[in-house]
Amino acid sequence: MEKIFQKISLSSASLVFVILIGIFITLFNASKPAIDEFGFNFITDARWNEEVPLDDAKKAPASVEINLDDMDFASNDEILLDDDMLLDESGDDDILFDEEDSQTKTVYGGLIPIVGTLLTTAIALAFALPIAMGIAVFLAEIAPKNISHPVGIAIELLAAIPSIIFGMWGLYYFAPIVADLVGGYQVSLLTAGLVLGIMILPFMAAITRDSMNTTPDVLKESAYAMGATKFEVIKDIIFPYSKVGIIGSIILALGRALGETMAVAFLIGSIFSLPQAINDPTISIPVAMANNFGEASGLGESSLFYLALILFVISFGVISFAKLYFLKGAK
Amino acid sequence: MVMSIEKFSFTYAGASAPSLKNINMEIAKNKITSLIGPSGCGKSTLLRSMNRIHDLYPGNKYDGKIKLLNEDSGKMENILDIKKENDFINLRQKVGMIFQKPTPFPMSIFDNIAYGLKIAGIKNKTEIADRVEQALKDGALYKEVHDRLNKSAMGLSGGQQQRLCIARAVAVKPEILLFDEPTSALDPISTAAIEELIVELKKDVSIAIVTHNMQQASRISVYTAFMYLGDLVEFDKTENIFLNPKEKQTEDYITGRFG
Repeated sequence: MEKIFQKISLSSASLVFVILIGIFITLFNASKPAIDEFGFNFITDARWNEEVPLDDAKKAPASVEINLDDMDFASNDEILLDDDMLLDESGDDDILFDEEDSQTKTVYGGLIPIVGTLLTTAIALAFALPIAMGIAVFLAEIAPKNISHPVGIAIELLAAIPSIIFGMWGLYYFAPIVADLVGGYQVSLLTAGLVLGIMILPFMAAITRDSMNTTPDVLKESAYAMGATKFEVIKDIIFPYSKVGIIGSIILALGRALGETMAVAFLIGSIFSLPQAINDPTISIPVAMANNFGEASGLGESSLFYLALILFVISFGVISFAKLYFLKGAK
Repeated sequence: MVMSIEKFSFTYAGASAPSLKNINMEIAKNKITSLIGPSGCGKSTLLRSMNRIHDLYPGNKYDGKIKLLNEDSGKMENILDIKKENDFINLRQKVGMIFQKPTPFPMSIFDNIAYGLKIAGIKNKTEIADRVEQALKDGALYKEVHDRLNKSAMGLSGGQQQRLCIARAVAVKPEILLFDEPTSALDPISTAAIEELIVELKKDVSIAIVTHNMQQASRISVYTAFMYLGDLVEFDKTENIFLNPKEKQTEDYITGRFG
């Protein structure tokens, strides 16, 4: 009996690893053609689903670097074509007209969705972090019980709203407001990031509040007993004490923000264009996958898997880094 | 006399009956006064009233007077009148407190002690360093930790942590130090070290100590108050309480018949 129980619990625990490794291998296998084709240049290549002459494809990274430098001059969405024209001494027009004759191939690069994902997540965190800390401090330390309890419940309810509802609300009500205030497009990096921030807010606030509540009363009392003010106790005692929980809440929020698909799909604009300003539309990795899987085949499909692999590695990397970082800090 | 408690009653928030009833006693200057009594008699509640740490939680009710000597004017001022946060901070810098469990802050040994100085508004780095060193010496901890002041205070032993807390309280130069069963979580050797330290400290501060340990009270204190069920049964010189108690209840408790 004892042995069976041990085996069952062992296999449940190892199942996690099996699934994790299994997903990684699947993603890797499916993206193999794209990896073979584009290698690591995929990450820095901003061209997605573009026809280029065969011998030009290998120059991709160089062209992109120039492209990044020239960003200020480029004003439209077709920077990349412009660049190709600048670079390609034989002339771009020929290629466009003589597709059948000259040998071309389709190039896929992940730079735009990768940048889109990282930027929306960064905006979301920058927006949500201070507000979440404010909410948590208020609930844990300042509000009387009869207020902190209902507000706490309201925040947990906010966490339960499905993301598509955030997406619709964001598109119809929030995006026009943002566009009015900041200018530019209604669907943009900024609106997507802000709505994403609102979505991760309740997680961060609730977990941070819970970890602040674990600060022993006697520790707070001994700071007050030395003449500390409420602000000083919060800043010097409660924050350091609940640091691990706060970082944990940030990691969880980060994980959700990186992978969020539906709400971002509504709000980011879903076009493959490198954003020049914070209120430009662009695309993120999950949105690129959701939008393009239906039609994708061959190298395109494999490139989407490559993007998925990159997202997997980013999420995994961020979480392991944070874990290692604060495990080290805890010792 | 640095503190006098007159007709003091205390009711916890939501409680129907007061937890302390009509307490009259005083804390003598540069002497150790101990509060003894069985669990739940209100001795910690009384101690926690003396720097109004109860006020961190809403709804508690005070009655009567607790007067604290103002060393500048020489007058006794009622601390129960305090309403402004600044005055609370002032009070708690004058009346420090040591708790049952060591409560090192989550920072380095140096910063733990410098903390009180910093929030008291001292900015001069050399002054802070000097006072931290002096406080560590006062807390009988300097020899053990002088080479690792920048290490986390969490790495110290329980007894060392408690001495750190005492040093931290001493650093801000309080007039009164309140000890709430400071040795009940410690082994006998650490306890002896803390007792020795408390006796040493009375040169500079007046001390009130709550203890479960009657031997401790008889060893270190000059005055002793025996409390039972929220009443102050007897308050007298320690030798009278232990050798010649006036009240039957005190005698029963001292001789171990209950408690």
